[in-house]
Amino acid sequence: MIQFILKGILRDKNRSLLPIVIVALGVTLTVFLSGYLAGVFQDVIQQNARFETGHVKIMSKPYAQNKDQLPIDLALLNTEKLKKELQSAYPDMQWVQRIKFGGLLDVPDENGNSRSQGPASVMAISILSDNNEIERLNIKNSVIKGGIPTKSGDVLISNDFANKLDIKIGDEITYVGSTMYGSMAFQNYRVSGTVEFGNVGFDKGAIIMDVSDAQQILNMEDGATEILGYFGNSQYESDRANSIAENFNTKYKNSEDEFAPEMFSLEEQNGLGEILAYSNYMSQIIVTVLIFAMSVVLWNTGLLGGLRRYKEYGIRLALGESKGSIYRKSIIEAVLIGAIGSTLGTFLGLIATYYMQEVGLDISDLMDKSSMIMPSTIRAKIIPNQIYIGFIPGVLAMVLGNMLSGMGIYKRETANLFKELEV
Amino acid sequence: MKTFRVLSLISCLLFISVIAHGQITANEILDRVKENMNSESTITESKMVIRGKRNTREIVSKGYAEGNEKSFTEYLSPEREKGTKMLKLEDKLWIYNPSTDRTIQLSGHMLRQSVMGSDLSYEDMMEDRELIEIYDATIIGEEKIGDRNCYILELNAKVEDASYQKRKTWVDTERFIPLKEELFAKSGQLLKRVSLSDIQKLDGRWYPTKINYKDMLMSGEGTDFIVLNIEFNPEIPDYIFNKASLKR
Repeated sequence: MIQFILKGILRDKNRSLLPIVIVALGVTLTVFLSGYLAGVFQDVIQQNARFETGHVKIMSKPYAQNKDQLPIDLALLNTEKLKKELQSAYPDMQWVQRIKFGGLLDVPDENGNSRSQGPASVMAISILSDNNEIERLNIKNSVIKGGIPTKSGDVLISNDFANKLDIKIGDEITYVGSTMYGSMAFQNYRVSGTVEFGNVGFDKGAIIMDVSDAQQILNMEDGATEILGYFGNSQYESDRANSIAENFNTKYKNSEDEFAPEMFSLEEQNGLGEILAYSNYMSQIIVTVLIFAMSVVLWNTGLLGGLRRYKEYGIRLALGESKGSIYRKSIIEAVLIGAIGSTLGTFLGLIATYYMQEVGLDISDLMDKSSMIMPSTIRAKIIPNQIYIGFIPGVLAMVLGNMLSGMGIYKRETANLFKELEV
Repeated sequence: MKTFRVLSLISCLLFISVIAHGQITANEILDRVKENMNSESTITESKMVIRGKRNTREIVSKGYAEGNEKSFTEYLSPEREKGTKMLKLEDKLWIYNPSTDRTIQLSGHMLRQSVMGSDLSYEDMMEDRELIEIYDATIIGEEKIGDRNCYILELNAKVEDASYQKRKTWVDTERFIPLKEELFAKSGQLLKRVSLSDIQKLDGRWYPTKINYKDMLMSGEGTDFIVLNIEFNPEIPDYIFNKASLKR
């Protein structure tokens, strides 16, 4: 019977084309939007976690209160001891220390006079002793020219910044700023390479150096502005992160040390909690809205189709086919049309997602004045639930639409059939 | 009769005082202040006491100045600062650091940074114009600071590029030394408070040997600038105010 109905669907384009197109369009939209939102939200969250927040982050209490000003005088001290304690308490997590500070980058000419200058934001990470940080920040793939620092005194500089100040690989540059205690900090560095992270804030004027170099220049021996913790599988686990932060903070709740550490989960930072909640609800809302909208459209399509096939249903009833049989066959027909449309829509949605995943949408012009860590190119991401997130609602909407429109079959009066058929 | 004579004398003194006060203008007060505070040239040995969140540091330096436009400072201690030199010529500021052997000209936002972690910014050090050139001054009252009577002057900027839009200065009515100053932003917010104390008679002029700068946007007790030794109007060789002297 299914084969018979399928033949009917394929041969009678008037019966199937419009519903298939509508279902396919709806499903394409659902699949693409799911992939697009997943890509954007995951990129924002992962980029923030990698560069800024970790899965959890520890700062000194006063530093946390003023963190936007990067107050290096309020940094954490004795960080090696603290890291060892954390490693022992949470052995499946990776703990890294970072230092963020600002200053002036000065490029000398051949006589040692200032040739060009620019404000620099420095991120000090464990480059020389911890390969995880290089992988975590995807530094190898972000290098545009030169290479990753291999010895103390080597730094990476953002490619845009290097172009702006006309810095070549191997050039000596001077950092000028303040130490943790306010003294002047002067240091010469050699540029080993240039990087581009696809992050507007960073690519404007960033320097990346080894954390030990930063500790030396900032007079911050065994100190760091922040310690970041990452789960072993690199995936953020909200409940676990919040529980770890709560336990850690309980220990230091009554500490008399003004600079006691305080831990924050990813979602407690940079408004990422709202983004996480938003991303969780967004897909559900889109799917619900699309099912509803498609159902309404398909109901109407079904009604139109029903009217067009009024005579056919009349003849079938006149020939003795039961109302229930006609209704069931129209539902099976709807399932088949829904499946065809949903398959087509899922396929098209995945193609659109793949295109946006590979090519992306460049929003760097919009991000010029933004301080939020956002990727400069928005990309979609193909995720496993795209296979069913559009397919099931597509079929359901088609069936629902036909079930509603097919109710008319039961309202037909057999006594009026011949009058309606004009025989 | 005796009472009448006493009352007459008091009235006369009050009258003279009113006349005297009526005669002096805000600009004249600033001129008298300038006579005390400024000189053709100075060589100063000073100590900055910088109170940070975690420690207190003392930085000793020797400074040479000619007018308001030329100055040269060499930091003598502690070890980390030793050998760092600063040269200011008009609106330019260079810093030399011996460990990098680099001379760097500071500009832009760096000038708003704190000098050696103190409550003073490079921009504060760079201001080289006379107050009369930048501000319209008026006397707005009198007040006692400690046991000293002071005129209160209000200075409102008449140029666009003034570091502070408004200043309120308390000037000793007898010695013509400012004892307190408050510096305000355009919004009216108090940015810095300067307290001058330990006034001494040096080389025939009154001079404050301790100045406390307090950045009101920072916590703490501010930075003390203590004059250890000062020479007024010495001969300073020209080579001092030259970029070459930074590396010397």
